[in-house]
Amino acid sequence: MKLWRTPLDVDKLKIPRGELHIIKERCKGCGFCVQYCPKGVLKLSDEFNSKGYHPPEVVKPDECVNCDLCEMLCPDFAIFCVRVETEEKEVAN
Amino acid sequence: MSVSANQMTEEHPMEKLLRMDRIPHIWCPTCGLGTTVTALATAIDDLKLNYDNIAVVSGIGCTGRVAGYMKLDSFHTTHGRAIPFAVGLHIARPEMKTIVFSGDGDLVSIGGNHFIHTARRNVDMTVICVNNFIYAMTGGQVAPTTPLTARSSTSPYGNYEHPFNLPRLAASSGATYVARWTALHVRRLTQAIAEAISKKGFSFVEVIAPCSTLYARLNKLGSGLDLMKFYHDNAVIKHGADVNEVDIDFQSKIIVGKFVDIEKPTYLECLNEGNERVLGDKYKPWGGCNGDN
Ligand code: SF4
Ligand code: SF4
Ligand code: SF4
Repeated sequence: MKLWRTPLDVDKLKIPRGELHIIKERCKGCGFCVQYCPKGVLKLSDEFNSKGYHPPEVVKPDECVNCDLCEMLCPDFAIFCVRVETEEKEVAN
Repeated sequence: MSVSANQMTEEHPMEKLLRMDRIPHIWCPTCGLGTTVTALATAIDDLKLNYDNIAVVSGIGCTGRVAGYMKLDSFHTTHGRAIPFAVGLHIARPEMKTIVFSGDGDLVSIGGNHFIHTARRNVDMTVICVNNFIYAMTGGQVAPTTPLTARSSTSPYGNYEHPFNLPRLAASSGATYVARWTALHVRRLTQAIAEAISKKGFSFVEVIAPCSTLYARLNKLGSGLDLMKFYHDNAVIKHGADVNEVDIDFQSKIIVGKFVDIEKPTYLECLNEGNERVLGDKYKPWGGCNGDN
């Protein structure tokens, strides 16, 4: 991440990380999660679920910041994000 | 890190508030209704309310299905009658949070009189109206919210009736809290629903949400995702905006925000105060059927 000014507490800051769970069979391929993920983590896959929709897939797993926007916008309760604890400091200068 | 193999074993956080035997729901792909349900459920969770003390009442229509999906005391009532049902419920059990969740056709057309008079009496409840500009479930007929010139199955050459401006209708009828958001503003919508539930008096939240199958298709606007993109580009946040200036024209800017937040005695407070004035000590204030009355 590019910072305009290095925060004084940069060594204490930690970017939250999330792990995504996609319930493919429930998805109707609307693309809300893909369109509005602020980090471009998701993409609609080529795969079909049994109803013929394309569920999303995670293309940039390490970029997810656990903001939960995909989970909130999903009209089919088909995706959710769980916070994961990370060790490394990930704020670059 | 990859998407874990145990993805089906972990429960979606919404499941505790949904009747999972009815999921997947019947709403079309790219319909925005599911998102509005998430907003309601998240608001209930954020407020840390006791699930046993919340009632959700819906009428008929696509939005009318919401009550049936919520794992709360939920009631699916007849067309247009969600509000009178909720008034009775509130008077019998005023300690409960009564939430009406229904569509524009149900609440302000067939149920229009109930809407204005319940707002006028300032009955303490929350009314969430999902406005998708059309009667969706019955086949896309023109609604009292369909913008002028928009097409519907009964206005194939474009609607020639002026629509309601719902925030103005609610505010001028006496609502104490009035806000409007779109389904895309899901976090602000969640916050508005939480404020509306906490507010004493008649609180009203209008949610503009995509109906892909009828409104978008009949007007050649693409999918629900295209409508979400439209909201992204055309919603203007204006807290405290004059409700006379928040009309929605066909594909116009949509003014969203919190428009009204005032204090006023509720129906039950006025009832108890009035009876005390007349009967003095002989009157025991009404506190519901569950109390010691
Ligand atoms: S939680 Fe936020 S960052 Fe992660 S995938 Fe969802 S929208 Fe993207
Ligand atoms: S928002 Fe939900 S239903 Fe839509 S594509 Fe994403 S996971 Fe599927
Ligand atoms: S008809 Fe419209 S409002 Fe009803 S479920 Fe389909 S998209 Fe949603």
